[in-house]
Amino acid sequence: MAGDILAMLVNADFWVAVLRIATPLILGTLGVLLCERAGVLNLGIEGVMVAGALTGWLTVYLGASLWTGVLAAAATGAAIGLLHAVLTVPLALSQHVSGLAITLFATSVSYYAYRVSFPAVSTPPTIEPFAEMAWLPIPVLAKQTPMTLAALLAVPAIAWVLYRTPVGLAVRAVGENPAAAEGQGLNVIAIRTGAIVAGSALMGVAGAFLTLSAFNAFFFNMVNGRGWICVALVVFASWRPGKALAGALLFAFFDAMQLRLQQGGGEGVPYQVYLMLPYALSILALVLVARRAAYPQALMKRYVRGER
Amino acid sequence: MLTRRGWMKAGAAVVALALGAGAQVALAQNKIKVAAIYTVPVEQQWVSRIHKALNAAKDRGEIEYVFSEKVANADYERVMREFAEKGNTLIVGESFAVEAAARKVAKDYPKVSFLMGSSGKPQEPNFAVFDNYIQEPAYLTGMVAGGMTKTNRIGMVGGYPIPEVNRLMHAFMAGAREVNPKVQFYVTFIGSWFDPPKAKEAAFAMIEKGADVMYAERFGVSDAAKERGKLAIGNVIDTQAQYPDTVVVSALWNMEPTINTALNNVKQGKFKAEDYGQFSTMKYKGSELSKYGTFDAKVPKDLQARVAAKQKDILDGKFKVQVVETEPKSTAK
Repeated sequence: MAGDILAMLVNADFWVAVLRIATPLILGTLGVLLCERAGVLNLGIEGVMVAGALTGWLTVYLGASLWTGVLAAAATGAAIGLLHAVLTVPLALSQHVSGLAITLFATSVSYYAYRVSFPAVSTPPTIEPFAEMAWLPIPVLAKQTPMTLAALLAVPAIAWVLYRTPVGLAVRAVGENPAAAEGQGLNVIAIRTGAIVAGSALMGVAGAFLTLSAFNAFFFNMVNGRGWICVALVVFASWRPGKALAGALLFAFFDAMQLRLQQGGGEGVPYQVYLMLPYALSILALVLVARRAAYPQALMKRYVRGER
Repeated sequence: MLTRRGWMKAGAAVVALALGAGAQVALAQNKIKVAAIYTVPVEQQWVSRIHKALNAAKDRGEIEYVFSEKVANADYERVMREFAEKGNTLIVGESFAVEAAARKVAKDYPKVSFLMGSSGKPQEPNFAVFDNYIQEPAYLTGMVAGGMTKTNRIGMVGGYPIPEVNRLMHAFMAGAREVNPKVQFYVTFIGSWFDPPKAKEAAFAMIEKGADVMYAERFGVSDAAKERGKLAIGNVIDTQAQYPDTVVVSALWNMEPTINTALNNVKQGKFKAEDYGQFSTMKYKGSELSKYGTFDAKVPKDLQARVAAKQKDILDGKFKVQVVETEPKSTAK
């Protein structure tokens, strides 16, 4: 057993799989992080990912390029994010309720749109997805698609924006103390809305990774809870982009590992135990890490101008 | 303000409008009204076969066909009742996860015929059952897989280990062992019917370990095989057209014999609480081994002959494929 795991760890293909599984989680977690850093929980992620997966794929299916598909997914995410922002920021409605409603809404609309577009297919139609970057002289990365590279580059980019630019400072300020930010002349409504829209665009791209890169067709239910995992990973990451990357990689590591352990066929171990492994270990990691997590102080607190 | 009743009336008006002129209604009267309720989208392999057979009957002008897909188990009973209330004579569905509720509905509507996918027994007087008893062609495809593997490693990725999946996997494994006693199996379940990226990951993991023939129970497995230049064996549906250099052969399920028998029985007023399972066997053409197609030249002739001989034995009743419904386990380390 120990030998098997060691052999697995030195196999480059294993790490290729880890990075591939992690990609949608990295993008989604960054998206949630942006929203929450501005003080707004976005439980719409699961639905936004479904919508992004569909529109990204549909755009390419209708003849556009793959990157246009990614843009379409980002635009879809942004549009749905705007809806969530309007409900939760100026209208100051419950962030939980709005987010869950957005997930139900976006998921159902996507399925409906898919069925209307393809009323009578037996096998889902396919596209030619992103190819591996064989030209890249970096071992594990060369077997990834450009979307994974983009996700990895997004981590330092977002960290830089959050910590090194005035915009990032403003986002963090409205997430910590919106009243004080307002006192500094910042427009809390606009900044929060902007952060949610940008974060949701990333979630849309996370969904599109599934249909444009990991697979080549759209399926009902294919997001399969990945969005919820991102919501948990943000807590694990203490709302920091670098740790978000680490969290996504850790979850993907456990998932890639369970798939390999399961096929090794431990006698008497039910397959559900393996399937549970990434979740159970992530909860354990969460317990160890999240106790010291630094919450954005205004997270989930509604802000109405002039209200105390 | 619109009340709940108001909504229902409005809905009924819309349905009536959609049905159109009286002439059409009159025309429809000698057609059997069939409604199907699926718990998954109609693209799902299993359900797609039922959908196809019913659509064929509709295209022949025999039936009026409506369906509801992706119905949650909690909603299943309600949808069944709605379709029964709307005057459908035959209701087709899958009651695996809702046995008790579905059987209760059937009791409440004795004049409606129910044909349900089920692991259980038929229930008097109007609840007939069917299932995908396609273990015979699964055995034959296993023989092909056993003959085609060079590494003696076969990978199998499934959704959940339910009897409908297990018996096909076991038949497949038995077939592979018959022609190649050295063959070993990797078995993984991904805990989802619809997660092709995950099925693909599971398949990649097996290919890394040396599997060179993949049993494609889920979407995504053939894709992994295609990308890595390995082979795949199809299940329930034929996807060789999409993967001409990957899918060697498939065990196909044909729902037409089951559906057509049921329709005939309904027409003649003879529909009974029966087990339609046999109509999914090769004898009734309810299942078959697909053609080798693009692989005709690549599968050795002596292997093809061996498979053909076995097929004849099955059809002649000389060989019976064992139905094993326990959860299959990996045999390879």
